[in-house]
Amino acid sequence: MAGRATRSLLSLTIAASLALGADAAQAPPPSSPAGGGAPFAGGRPFATPFGVIYSTNITPDRPPPNHLIPPLGFRPLLASWQALSPRPTSPEPPGLDAAGRRGAELVAGLGHCGSCHTPRNSLRAEDADRPLAGAMAEGWYAPPLQADSPAPAPWTTDDLETYLRTGLSDHHQAAAGPMGAVTRELSQAPEEEVRDMAIYLSALMSRANRPTPVDQAAAAARAWPQGAQIYAGACASCHDAGSAMRRQGRPSLAVGTPLDEDRATDVIMIVLEGLTPPEGKAGPYMPPFADSLTDAQVVQLTAYLRARFSRERPWKDIPGAVRTARKGAP
Amino acid sequence: MTILRLNGSTRSVVSTPETPLLYVLRDELGLRGAKFGCGLGQCGACTVLLDDRPVFSCLTTLGSVGDRAVTTVEGLGTQTAPGPMQRAFEAEQAAQCGYCIAGMVMRAEGLLRKTPKPSEAEIRAALAPNLCRCGTHMRILRAVRHAAETTS
Amino acid sequence: MSAPSRRMVLGGGALTVFFALAVPAGAQEGHGATAGLPGDLKRQPRLDSWIRVGADGRITVFTGKAELGQGIKTALLQVAAHELDAPLAQVDLITADTGLTPNEGVTAGSHSMQDSGGAIRNAAANVRWLLIEAAARRWSLPPAGLTTGLGAVQAPDGRSLPYGALATALDLAIDARPDVPFRPPGRGPVGRDVPRIDIPAKLAGGAAYVQDFRPEGLVHARVIRGPSEGTALGEVDIAGARAMPGVIAVVRKGRFLAVVAEREWQAIQAQQRLQTAPSHSTAQRPNDIHAWLLAAPAQAQVILDLGEAAGGAPTASAAYTRPYLMHGSIGPSCAVAHLQDGELTVWTHTQGVFPLRRAIAQLVGLPQENVRCRHFEGAGCYGHNGADDAAGDAALIAMALPGRPVRMQWMREQEHGWEPLGSAMVTHLSASLTPEGRVGSWRHDVWSTPHNTRPQEAGRLIAGAEVDPPFAAPPPQPIPMPEGGGDRNAIPLYAFPAARVTNRFVPEMPLRVSALRSLGAHMNVFSIESFMDELALMARADPVTFRLTHLEDPRARDVVAAAARQFGWQAWRRMPGRGRGFGFARYKNLGAYCAVALEVEVEPVTGTLSVGRIVSAVDSGQAVSPDGIRSQIEGAIVQSLSWTMIEQVAWDSDQRTSFDWGAYPILRFPALPKSVEVEVIDRPTEPFLGTGEAGQGPTAAALANAVADATGKRLRDLPITAEKVKAAIG
Repeated sequence: MAGRATRSLLSLTIAASLALGADAAQAPPPSSPAGGGAPFAGGRPFATPFGVIYSTNITPDRPPPNHLIPPLGFRPLLASWQALSPRPTSPEPPGLDAAGRRGAELVAGLGHCGSCHTPRNSLRAEDADRPLAGAMAEGWYAPPLQADSPAPAPWTTDDLETYLRTGLSDHHQAAAGPMGAVTRELSQAPEEEVRDMAIYLSALMSRANRPTPVDQAAAAARAWPQGAQIYAGACASCHDAGSAMRRQGRPSLAVGTPLDEDRATDVIMIVLEGLTPPEGKAGPYMPPFADSLTDAQVVQLTAYLRARFSRERPWKDIPGAVRTARKGAP
Repeated sequence: MTILRLNGSTRSVVSTPETPLLYVLRDELGLRGAKFGCGLGQCGACTVLLDDRPVFSCLTTLGSVGDRAVTTVEGLGTQTAPGPMQRAFEAEQAAQCGYCIAGMVMRAEGLLRKTPKPSEAEIRAALAPNLCRCGTHMRILRAVRHAAETTS
Repeated sequence: MSAPSRRMVLGGGALTVFFALAVPAGAQEGHGATAGLPGDLKRQPRLDSWIRVGADGRITVFTGKAELGQGIKTALLQVAAHELDAPLAQVDLITADTGLTPNEGVTAGSHSMQDSGGAIRNAAANVRWLLIEAAARRWSLPPAGLTTGLGAVQAPDGRSLPYGALATALDLAIDARPDVPFRPPGRGPVGRDVPRIDIPAKLAGGAAYVQDFRPEGLVHARVIRGPSEGTALGEVDIAGARAMPGVIAVVRKGRFLAVVAEREWQAIQAQQRLQTAPSHSTAQRPNDIHAWLLAAPAQAQVILDLGEAAGGAPTASAAYTRPYLMHGSIGPSCAVAHLQDGELTVWTHTQGVFPLRRAIAQLVGLPQENVRCRHFEGAGCYGHNGADDAAGDAALIAMALPGRPVRMQWMREQEHGWEPLGSAMVTHLSASLTPEGRVGSWRHDVWSTPHNTRPQEAGRLIAGAEVDPPFAAPPPQPIPMPEGGGDRNAIPLYAFPAARVTNRFVPEMPLRVSALRSLGAHMNVFSIESFMDELALMARADPVTFRLTHLEDPRARDVVAAAARQFGWQAWRRMPGRGRGFGFARYKNLGAYCAVALEVEVEPVTGTLSVGRIVSAVDSGQAVSPDGIRSQIEGAIVQSLSWTMIEQVAWDSDQRTSFDWGAYPILRFPALPKSVEVEVIDRPTEPFLGTGEAGQGPTAAALANAVADATGKRLRDLPITAEKVKAAIG
């Protein structure tokens, strides 16, 4: 069983590396001045958690060399590098059944969740002492997937399975940034493997004393009046009760993880970049606000959102986080 | 009261600061170029320029405009004296129902202000936020190329 | 009194214009058919229903058809100016208005040039002849020696009388004659690329759309409903909404609920607050719509019976499916309604002002003569979208606010959630091949829910079902041949020795449906033209040659040959992962002929399709506006690519879930084809043929055929997505 799972996820891994075709990168690499090459000529850049990869093309033009995070620079080595690299041992939550143990193997191994969610050591390898403890990836923050998960609503196995397979959980949030591409690939993976991963990760994230969702609109507006104004005109028509999105069962911002994370990175990134499904594919859609909001306005809005929808203490140095995020944005 | 720099002049408006710019332009100021298409930032019919950057006016609050200059399609020219981008769309007959066209013109204007000689791929990528349902896309592309070639 | 400008008529100054252009009795509704007259002249033969000449020389032309973005105003003006032999600038056009124009039903089915264009052309030829006769009387010269030019009649001796000077001598309260000769093509605007008259305003923020219409005293309304059709709202907080800033009224009639505010943003906020009410489903939606279609009660009708083949069992059979598709207008539906002194005026982007007037009169309880529906452009509709429903909503609200013009605007999610969709469909095709590689017998069965629920009655408006007591919706009916509904274009144009085509009309509607551009033709042509390629492959024949082998109509052959030649079908270079595809149809077998050839590249790992070059050839009879035809075909091709590659409406047990452009994506610029070329085959001596919908089917088939050519895999279930291609190629 595990062997079959391994094979299927192996092919998935390679396919994922090659096939994030629809997730065209926002910014072309220096060697592609045309911003992705002529249509009908292949060589389109795809942003992946491992770097920018070019589609195979079948026209005579050659794609530029791939830009991968070392040591992933050479695509054929990708799978074997992963096989050779020492894997962090998975923490074992108590009471894990056979399915959960298969899930643990998939998460630690070929699901390679750790390549984004596990902090890296000085050699840029995953830190075996802190598996899935949360880490920066592609300018986004991949939050902890263990007991430190800041999610304000518990991740049930069903929630997580739905999220991993569809990129959207009505009780949490939509997948953003590099996780969007991951969930689109997982939508093609065998259902029972995703289920096994969800069983394992939901057990790993479970803990007592999880904060409950809050909505402190009035207090937040007093503290951050400009942020409240921006929210009312630019955000509420999708995120507040009675909106089109909410009437389709989309979650309130209060139950999403990003506003409870220990840094503002993801909230800022989502505000700046939005969520765009791959060309021609259905999915949650949010426009980028990078051009309409100034840095100061992003700071106000971010602080307001944290104050309104999280019990956690205010983030420090939001302006610094905005500046960092802007460097990666177009 | 908010002071708005709009199409080369200064206007004062009374809409509340959280009001999306689209409704200030259409409902209070009586402009008609920017269109309501989705109110969700997904179609681009409401596109205007803030300074030189195209934004969705349906999700840009009045209070957040500040001293940035707002340009709508009315600011590029008139029916009798159209601007270069409008002339290019007219020359290519790049409209069917035309509901998306003012937004397309503004998106294209923003592109050429940033990248005066865009490649085909850059034009297509820049116009991606804007939807057309009539299938006028190929003519819109021609119009943007036309504008890029005729302006220096 | 000079004739009003178009903008005055469409925009402000409404009442002045109305009285100035008081309609002569009998000018709107016909008084009996007149043999030999073309188009809608048969319904309204009176010349003054169509054309009036002012003493100032301005000529006003009336059409019951509406500008939907297809460029019909410009094309009809070209026709009128050409036959009148007057400069284009001297002619004004007034479109669909129950107070002014002839009743030409709905603007649909690619009929405008055939019906209204044909009528206006003939009426204009009549009027020109009457002007010549009037001048002949004035000069006491025989009419045969007189000519026209630049809006004047000219005598051989050089004398000239402008039309305006002859206006008082002209009696147009007479019926048109069918035998007045037309002016020759070539000397006038017909056949020339005249810039569209509506584009300058659309490029510069002019008052181009009903969404832009702001009569004095305008108030803003929003309706409040469940998230999609087939849902209803629970308890709503009306008092809370009334207390919100700027709210003038909350209008409630039965389940119909609307809010009215001074400012638009205020109305939107009150709407959102009212929408926090819970909603529940009121409908059963099958999970697998295609299995449901095959099992549902259906009215079967054989629409073509050329007998059974002698040769016995079919050589091949195939089943094809199409999902529900959305019109997806870029501008959500909108209407302005104004009740004044017991008269209700509704400015609307409906396709049928006269049928809508009937429905609205019933809805609001006014006599029809007290209701006036005036067409005012909206965003392109591509069929029966939310326009009529929005007009009904506006009318109901206006009845509650006498004296205030009410602008009612649907939100994006309301258009996505409530518009009537294009039907889901299933086709089964089978055929036998003769030893010579020809089709020996052909069978085509099509299953579909209705394609026409256009309102002539209040019960077909959303509001009509919400008021108390509700109006009943009349049961939907199939559209008979030769137009057809679900079976439109199900009869192949090819010459087969034996053929049987059966339409299976499923009247039940689990999801709300009505007319979407080309109706069943998109699916039937996709099926026929896919199957022709499947048979060609079995017969080891080139797909284009195989089609020509079975085509007898010379104009059809010309179009197929022209598209193949222009595309370079024979010389096309085959490469791995690339394919070429062909599709052809004559729309409804009586409209324009259209062939499409295209090439596609398949990305092998993801199945992503890139469409390369597309070439089309079209024969619309006499080409009034070649560029207008090109524009329509280009648009049809790109829109059909979007339908064919991407689009499908989704739902769950609660509601439609395709509620925005994220959940219902359509083609965006990065996925466009590399190029689209359209060759217009002009037939100056042939009648105008409807063009607007001709490209939908051939494009869909050409794409499917190109994918099959590239991959060796035949995909029969629309849309042909990257996932399906990837699954097929493994």
